[in-house]
Amino acid sequence: MGRKILLEKAGIPGIREFSIYRHHGGYGSAEKALIKMSPAEILQEVTRSGLRGRGGAGFPTGLKWSFLDRKCTNPRFLICNADESEPGTFKDRYLMEFLPHLVLEGLIISSFALGANTCYIYVRGEFKTLIGILQKAINEAYQQNFLGKNILGTGYSLDIFVHPGAGAYICGEETALLESLEGKRGNPRIKPPFPAYKGLYGCPTMVNNVETLAAIGPIIEMGGEAYASIGKGKSTGTKLISACGNINKPGVYEIDLGLPVEDFIYSKEFCGGIKDGKRLKAVVPGGSSVPILPAELILRTAGGQQRLMTYESLADGGFDSGSMLGSGGFIVYNEDACIVRNTWNFTRFYQHESCGQCSPCREGTGWMEKVLNRLEHGLGKMSDIDLLASIAGKIEGTTICPLGDAAAWPVSSAIRHFRQEFEFHAEHPEIVRKINHGALVKNQESNIQYR
Amino acid sequence: MVKVTIDNIPIEVEEGTTILNAARKIGGKIVPPAMCYYSKLAGSGGKCRTCLVKVAKSSAKDPRPMPKLVASCSTPVQDGMEVLNITSPEVIETRKAIVEFLLINHPLDCPVCDQAGECDLQDLSFSHGMANTRTIESRREFPPTDIGPFIKLHMNRCILCYRCIYVANQITDKRVHGILFRGDSSEISTYIENVIDNDFSGNMIDVCPVGALTDKTFRFKSRVWFLKPMDAHRQCTKCSGRVTAWMFGDEIYRITGRKDQFGEMEEFICNECRFGKKEFSDWIIDGPRKIKRQSVISASYYENMIKPSVINPIGEIMEETE
Repeated sequence: MGRKILLEKAGIPGIREFSIYRHHGGYGSAEKALIKMSPAEILQEVTRSGLRGRGGAGFPTGLKWSFLDRKCTNPRFLICNADESEPGTFKDRYLMEFLPHLVLEGLIISSFALGANTCYIYVRGEFKTLIGILQKAINEAYQQNFLGKNILGTGYSLDIFVHPGAGAYICGEETALLESLEGKRGNPRIKPPFPAYKGLYGCPTMVNNVETLAAIGPIIEMGGEAYASIGKGKSTGTKLISACGNINKPGVYEIDLGLPVEDFIYSKEFCGGIKDGKRLKAVVPGGSSVPILPAELILRTAGGQQRLMTYESLADGGFDSGSMLGSGGFIVYNEDACIVRNTWNFTRFYQHESCGQCSPCREGTGWMEKVLNRLEHGLGKMSDIDLLASIAGKIEGTTICPLGDAAAWPVSSAIRHFRQEFEFHAEHPEIVRKINHGALVKNQESNIQYR
Repeated sequence: MVKVTIDNIPIEVEEGTTILNAARKIGGKIVPPAMCYYSKLAGSGGKCRTCLVKVAKSSAKDPRPMPKLVASCSTPVQDGMEVLNITSPEVIETRKAIVEFLLINHPLDCPVCDQAGECDLQDLSFSHGMANTRTIESRREFPPTDIGPFIKLHMNRCILCYRCIYVANQITDKRVHGILFRGDSSEISTYIENVIDNDFSGNMIDVCPVGALTDKTFRFKSRVWFLKPMDAHRQCTKCSGRVTAWMFGDEIYRITGRKDQFGEMEEFICNECRFGKKEFSDWIIDGPRKIKRQSVISASYYENMIKPSVINPIGEIMEETE
């Protein structure tokens, strides 16, 4: 078994209870941080750990924390971004469901380090059960004086509120989240000013992903250096990967960053290989918004090196032959999957979730959805493929928030790597009109290498 | 004061000025088009993305270029910044794409649209758009909604610039309309069949860059280019009373605010002036209003016309034949 840092206690029965969590050494790092350490020391530890944002962008957390406007006299806020709604990603849900106190512990330490006295957990509205679990954990922490006024006699006070969203993917974008939290329509703000200067109610605000914040507790416990020794290069520590798709063992796995992708897919410990003895066709390595990679490129980079589960290795080759680690939603496709149908599905999601604020994303996602819908259902033309690539290229980089990029990347990468399938759809409408045509598509083309 | 170079033209502007406003100070062709930004409305801008420019040099301290194109209406200038607008092929290409995006759901019913002739989107697609269309999809359609006695909402034409929402927020007492839904099905509407009834609600018509919000008292009366814009004023207790009266002979067809060369109103006017006073006797006419914008209306000015080189062509022809 691999090392477990975040999910170490996940298997203990009743770990959601405060007493059991405490009995197994929980809240030890919160005590250590609040009583023995200063906020500057915590920040130093986090910087030393090399922890990178687990929400998708992979920005170093210590650096992000250092940007917070500390001169401003307004109150500061810490926001835990639990609006996890990307197709293929379900790691935060697992953390909050099984280890709510680990998340709270991270929140307490981080709030103390940032000098925030109010903390919000912005939970995706669909996670109704999690709201109860988190609220129960918060109530227990209040009773045990880990929250509330004068925590553990240190004079530091912290309130944590759970705020359920109303079911919009866009509210996972940090500024849209802030708007939503303020009670407005969840439209992303125009940056600058960045939330670290003008965030919630115009006050300095830090927005971090659940997994990032949950990792703070273990980092304080084991020390930044020890955490940094795990992993490879600039990708330090462990990461939760939510694996799904045509694999034998879908689920949430904690891996050391630096694990070869091949091992992750085929080892018994993790995904356990492709289901029903089929062959691997493609992988979306980091949630629906990152580029899709065909089998030969996900296992080895274009340069012939082994592809590792790190931020750098997955991004190797740029978007021509690489992808991103993203939020860790690992979606695996077997040889029978139809890439056009899959791309259409993703685009349908982005079309539905675009906030409609800026024109390239609002109109472009809808347009791409219509064209892909046509292609998928055997009504497309050959010229539609170039049209799609052109639309995706124009959305990319012109929008306010990253949703436009996220909508464009799957389309442009699918066309880049699986153009034959798109062409097949345009050439053989009578075949693709059948609902399960993935296997039929496969038989027709030959250029894609399977493993 | 900071120094910024836009398309190789240097200018000194105050700190905190946006790139767009700096470009407007220079004026001329290098001003990026803006469909959603309105200098009189706080918080507007950044949505339509037509004003995207390339920043080749971020500042004197940090000479790196910005990785993406930036919205010039919401990006403040920095000392030593170098901006490329019409000199960058990338910007021109992107702008072409943005115009295309704006037009794919726009009904292009210009022949029956009251805004035709003074429409920002018309001007934009003429100057920056493509000649052809690549969409064969059906456009989004909305049933017409009645939002009050004076204003007609044509949601099909809307490009969701949010300007009317900022007007309602900042000029009127209470905003009763907003954006419903999201993505490409989002629409401007009042909440549960509410009626927009406010003394300054008519300004929504003037800020609308397209024909989504039109004046019910003027609808289908005349094309704008047949009318003469005249500066007019009256004593008004609510607003400054300085307006543009659009006249045909002695008849006033409609009243709008005075628009500057960037299509923005100089002053917001009240509904009484706009909808209630359509008699010639209500107004004191100051004189003809010069429309500075590139528009079909300004084409009827003599100064813009090319003077015929021959004063009396018929006479000359006659001379020749003799």
